[in-house]
Amino acid sequence: MPVRGFVHKYGDNINTDVIYPGRYLNIFDPEEMAKHAMEDLDADFLKKVKKGDFVVAGRNFGCGSSREQAATSLHVAGIAGIIAESFARIFYRNSINQGLPIIIAKGVTEKVNDGDEIEVDFETGKIKDITGGVEIQGTPLPPFVLQIVQNGGLIPHLKKTLSGS
Amino acid sequence: MPPMTIAEKILASHSGQGDAAAGRIVNVSPDIAMSHENAGLVSKIFLEFGLDHVWDREKIVIIFDHRVPAESEKTAAGQKAVREFVKKFGIKNFYDINCGICHQVMPEKGHVRPGEVIVGTDSHTTTHGAFGAFSTGIGATEMAAVWATGKLWMKVPDSFKITITGKLPEMVFAKDVILHLIGELGSDGADYRSVEFYGDTVSGMSIPSRMVLCNLSMEMGAKNAIVPPDEKTFEWLKGRTDKSFSLVYADPDAFYEREINVEASGLVPQVACPHAVDNVKPVGEVKGVKINQALLGSCTNGRIEDLEAAARVIRGKTVHPGVRMLVIPASREVYLEAIQRGILETFVQAGAVILNPGCGPCLGAHQGLMAEGEVCISSTNRNFQGRMGSRNSSVYLASPATVAASAVKGEIADPREI
Repeated sequence: MPVRGFVHKYGDNINTDVIYPGRYLNIFDPEEMAKHAMEDLDADFLKKVKKGDFVVAGRNFGCGSSREQAATSLHVAGIAGIIAESFARIFYRNSINQGLPIIIAKGVTEKVNDGDEIEVDFETGKIKDITGGVEIQGTPLPPFVLQIVQNGGLIPHLKKTLSGS
Repeated sequence: MPPMTIAEKILASHSGQGDAAAGRIVNVSPDIAMSHENAGLVSKIFLEFGLDHVWDREKIVIIFDHRVPAESEKTAAGQKAVREFVKKFGIKNFYDINCGICHQVMPEKGHVRPGEVIVGTDSHTTTHGAFGAFSTGIGATEMAAVWATGKLWMKVPDSFKITITGKLPEMVFAKDVILHLIGELGSDGADYRSVEFYGDTVSGMSIPSRMVLCNLSMEMGAKNAIVPPDEKTFEWLKGRTDKSFSLVYADPDAFYEREINVEASGLVPQVACPHAVDNVKPVGEVKGVKINQALLGSCTNGRIEDLEAAARVIRGKTVHPGVRMLVIPASREVYLEAIQRGILETFVQAGAVILNPGCGPCLGAHQGLMAEGEVCISSTNRNFQGRMGSRNSSVYLASPATVAASAVKGEIADPREI
């Protein structure tokens, strides 16, 4: 099912230290984590973000520390999905395990602008830029991985599969 | 069976498969699952399963190192909750605030063996590949899944073969080699790849130097990094683990996505400049940048040979009056040896401050943070904006010798000239 939202666009090599600074790593409550999302990258992020928005970024999004709070804080702050030219591997896994859908889409930073309204289909990987009137075909998550996301993340997924339902 | 890389072989044997070609998704059973203070987050997620036991009390390792001793009431509460969890669930391998950095304590206490699969909720878990293990960083949620089920899905990575040959020049170390490589390949140059290190430079390196290579491979995106085990590995592990292990080597005709050769004899000391680890320059190009802090320590470069290399530079000299030099032995074992060999005395006499073993200022959570406009030269692993305090402070990464030379001079300096 395609979903619509607005874009917050960032550059290459956005690391998890600026997404979620180390000084807040002693926080374990997701709502409280969300109050610090993007704090060292974009001080206005929390003022701008609305539920269902998307992050669009360049290469190697989420590089650096394995801190899962980077994915959690974005998700709880309202981000419905991340589309990037490429992802650093631990962030990629953390997003999936949190139930935060992501798409690798080459060329997305050229075609999509900050503030654009886009429509994203995570099952097919198709991204429609409504504002700009362009379409981009991204790489959808492999079916096994997409299922984890659709189940709401790794824990609900495992609970479901462990109980055999 | 098709020829396999080390990663393919280890992941095949740990997922009950005959072979595991790159790209395949396998369900892996790790041998060791390590966490630090983020065990607090892991345990909170684990409890959502409603289980009354963990998968294996012997295979979970928890080591406090990020904020030791607790710097705030919040951290103290988090650490207390983990101690209670450890007790309740009978976790056998728990190391409290007095032991040191997880990536140093792990091998010291016998939790690292060749051929094993190690997962850790810390990105620098790649360090343990120095012993021939497949070792990689994961998130808290997936660690909670490992604690519950003993299994984790992984995509078998493609592999790079990096061959380093030639004799390292005076004052050039493993840190300089790997910074040079990160500069060449870029911070995502090895994203999702397994990196295997070969060559006479690597076989000539000490185990701690091999740990530097594997530790920092993470900074070019690697999923894991491996040095094939040899006599030095066995010697180092002797007396630390009594469990048997299997030696895993790549097949001669294994497929590598990329083969990279580095000639070590031509290298000079390297510096990673703000605010990216791949922004690497020869020390000559950044010489003279004024510094406020010099940091020696971390899971990258806080071992005896690192302290020794820095002490050699600084012996009989003093830390520049405009510089705060901080020295952090990586573990209690390292600390003790540094005391016994008089290495710490050298630093104290020079005017440095010795901090207790732990991550210290590296991740900006605890101790030694910087104010606006300040500059630190550091033997640690990341120089991201705001990493060590103010958003408007800067971190330069270099070898322990370069850090020491800079501490003496008050500006970034070439250790060959001190």
